[in-house]
Amino acid sequence: MTGFQFLVGILYLLSASLFVVGLHMMRAPATARNGNRISAVGMVIAVLATIVLALVVDGGEWIAWVALTAGVLVGAAFGVYRARTVKMTDVPQLVSVFNAVGGSAAAAIAFAAFILATSADPLELTVSIPVVLDVLIGSITFSGSLIAAGKLQGIIPGNPVTFPGSRLLNALVAAIALGASVAAVMLPHNTLLLLVVLVTALILGILMVLAIGGADAPVVVSLLNALTGLAVAMAGFAIDNQALIIAGALVGAAGTILTLQMAQAMNRSVLSIIVGGFGTGETTATAGPADEDLTNVRSLTSDDVAIQLAYAQHVLIVPGYGLAAAQAQHEVAELAALLMAHNIDVKYAIHPVAGRMPGHMNVLLAEANVPYEQMLQLDEANAAFDNCDVALVIGANDVCNPDARKPGNAVSGMPILDADHAKAVVVIKRSMRPGYAGITNPLFTDPKTGMLFADAKKALKDITVAVKEYVSA
Amino acid sequence: METLYSNLAIFVLALLVGVEVIGKIPSTLHTPMMSGSNAIHGVVIAGAVVTASLADSPTGYILTFIAGAFAAANVFGGYVVTDRILKMFTRPTPPKTVDTTTTEDAS
Repeated sequence: MTGFQFLVGILYLLSASLFVVGLHMMRAPATARNGNRISAVGMVIAVLATIVLALVVDGGEWIAWVALTAGVLVGAAFGVYRARTVKMTDVPQLVSVFNAVGGSAAAAIAFAAFILATSADPLELTVSIPVVLDVLIGSITFSGSLIAAGKLQGIIPGNPVTFPGSRLLNALVAAIALGASVAAVMLPHNTLLLLVVLVTALILGILMVLAIGGADAPVVVSLLNALTGLAVAMAGFAIDNQALIIAGALVGAAGTILTLQMAQAMNRSVLSIIVGGFGTGETTATAGPADEDLTNVRSLTSDDVAIQLAYAQHVLIVPGYGLAAAQAQHEVAELAALLMAHNIDVKYAIHPVAGRMPGHMNVLLAEANVPYEQMLQLDEANAAFDNCDVALVIGANDVCNPDARKPGNAVSGMPILDADHAKAVVVIKRSMRPGYAGITNPLFTDPKTGMLFADAKKALKDITVAVKEYVSA
Repeated sequence: METLYSNLAIFVLALLVGVEVIGKIPSTLHTPMMSGSNAIHGVVIAGAVVTASLADSPTGYILTFIAGAFAAANVFGGYVVTDRILKMFTRPTPPKTVDTTTTEDAS
């Protein structure tokens, strides 16, 4: 190791430390943004050090540098443009796309390392093993992340796509991928074998994620994110670069922990998600009483709701997936601001999995300028419901289903928001249709509950208008 | 073998640090945390630089282009979108407009 390489190593250590500090700071809302920036500084240091090292030690051919520069310009333009213009409701898909390209970049790096070898000068095992693992994992995350993004975007059907013999096909493709991987490690100059690994891994990623339900897609994206971290670490082994090994391992481990916590918040097990079919096949079958049984339902108009709200002292808003789907976060914030201007205490009760993925609702409300202090997490919210005059449930269902406290149904044991503890409940919902769990919600037929059947965005606008008239009269 | 050993040691220790540094994350931050860790594996762009310095064939140049483009989308897009999400968390007072464009990161 020359003095120069030692210096680069020190810079890598510095950037790795910045990644760790940055990730650590991202655990708390107040420091999270600076944490991300510290991690970005670490990234700049790692990349600059690598560029200098590559130019000084290897030099390389000018045409390769032109190819790299062209690629980086194209990729950066795409990434920055999408990152700046994406709607906050579509963030999960975009993260999945960024994850896909990260995985394929790692696979391309391994592939490039592989084709440098010849039959006269084959790769050593210490290189060929990480190269093959990288191509395998990177390709799975590439195709899998794209399918997951398609499911979240609604381009690909959200329900698990399975067909007769799909498990057999999965096993067959996996067997070919593994066989080709072993062969490519043994013959580390045969590009054809590595191509077989690449193609079968791509197919495997598609098949695996197609079989997963759309509501589980966020957990899958997180899992694939962790896998991309591992692919990047493998690329680091292949080209002997410590920055890639450290950052890749960090993301691999942190992403795995995040995946487990996310699955826990969504009341799922990671294993059952990967195997597929949870909460879809068996529970839709039991969704018998899903028809519009309105006998015990009290239906309200937006005027009724406005009066109830205007007379309340403490209001808790329970936003759910329906609010996100209707893009009504600005309308709800407007209504809340109006109520607060008239000395009514308004807070948001946010379930961990409200929205499309854990934490997504907080992002959506933050986009509508709702201060962070007004968003109550599960425990705080449940303490506040007892003292709450009106719980305004907007497009949420399973997350406030009191049946979760009873055993023996699809939501049993899931932590819920105790909206039924409020003095009165108003539910804005388009119909009585059950939520993802596929079961009825007794909250909707509770005598103190009124239902306003409407699209969340339109309903909130109407209520706001009605409240304005009411308080100014 | 010596290189492999030190790389393996780094790998295993970084895995353990990754587990420890995360700990219990409030579900509020699951989305930005996923996005932020996604940006960190954009370090693969450094690998694309190494690939460029070693490439000596048309296939190598094409792979360099692909690796560079994909890695750049990952790292630039990842940091910018994470910053955009987190900007909304740390804002002390609501601004006058709902403009969510963000200033470019150091990346």
